[in-house]
Amino acid sequence: MKVKRAAGGKIAIDMTPMIDIVFQLLTFFVMTLQITTAEGDFNIKMPLAAPRAGVPDPNQLPPMKVRLTANSDGTLAGMSMNDRTFSGADRWRQLHNHIAGVVGDGSLAASAEVELDCDFNLRYSNVIEAITAVSGSVNPDGTIVKMVEKIKFSPPRPETGG
Amino acid sequence: MKVKAKPAEMVEIDMTPMIDMTFQLIAFFMILINFDAAEQDERIKLPGSALAKPHDGPLESPITLQVTRNGATLIGGTLYATPESLTPLLKSEKYVMESQGKSEKNATIIVRAHKDVKTGQVQKLIKVCQEVGFEKFTLRAKEEVGY
Repeated sequence: MKVKRAAGGKIAIDMTPMIDIVFQLLTFFVMTLQITTAEGDFNIKMPLAAPRAGVPDPNQLPPMKVRLTANSDGTLAGMSMNDRTFSGADRWRQLHNHIAGVVGDGSLAASAEVELDCDFNLRYSNVIEAITAVSGSVNPDGTIVKMVEKIKFSPPRPETGG
Repeated sequence: MKVKAKPAEMVEIDMTPMIDMTFQLIAFFMILINFDAAEQDERIKLPGSALAKPHDGPLESPITLQVTRNGATLIGGTLYATPESLTPLLKSEKYVMESQGKSEKNATIIVRAHKDVKTGQVQKLIKVCQEVGFEKFTLRAKEEVGY
């Protein structure tokens, strides 16, 4: 580094190379900056269906089958679980409350499982809405109350069906 | 008239505030840099969910599959028209994992599907992965404010 000793004994450091590098770094970071939205995940464990060995666990709840039907344009036509149908603008809330009623105070949440049976041409955003409704809810303070964590899909329906 | 030339005077600018600001800007951009964004693709518009939260730690052996609106699958910039055409690639991934002493059962398939894609296309893709031996799947969604 070039060091100049001035007449008064003061050492003047040449700042030019450092400023060059700093500006290059700044340019790099500005140009590589990508403004993206935050993303999150829903976990699904789906081994290929195999015959289960041994005696079934008596504490294991049978999967709650949620049926989602689609219109020809892929929008959600109807939603049902067993004999109960959910409709209207707050259908996801209805589904959430119904599942919450089945699962109870949370003691059964660990073993509860939801199976999504969807029409082939149903828009995928509806599946995420359904998973959100059965997975839990967000409190006003931002904390997440988990409900069902085991989610799986039924075998895919044929494209012409439903 | 006789004009006396003044000796050249060197003006020194105080660079300290500028360097301070520049270092602060660099620190800001360094913190903001997001390497995960590299897997994002502008063709994929994710569905939103209030419950979708990032994982606490890194996923084990993640494989990201992106599904476009028309049902094609995108991996590392290559477009595969049908889920079935992915089988050779998934099998080679499986062999690589086995050669590293890992099991494909512990690998996580990250599905980044367009919000308007047909659900059946996503299910077919999952089925193809299952047939190769993958078991753990993660459906990726955009974080939204809760209801």
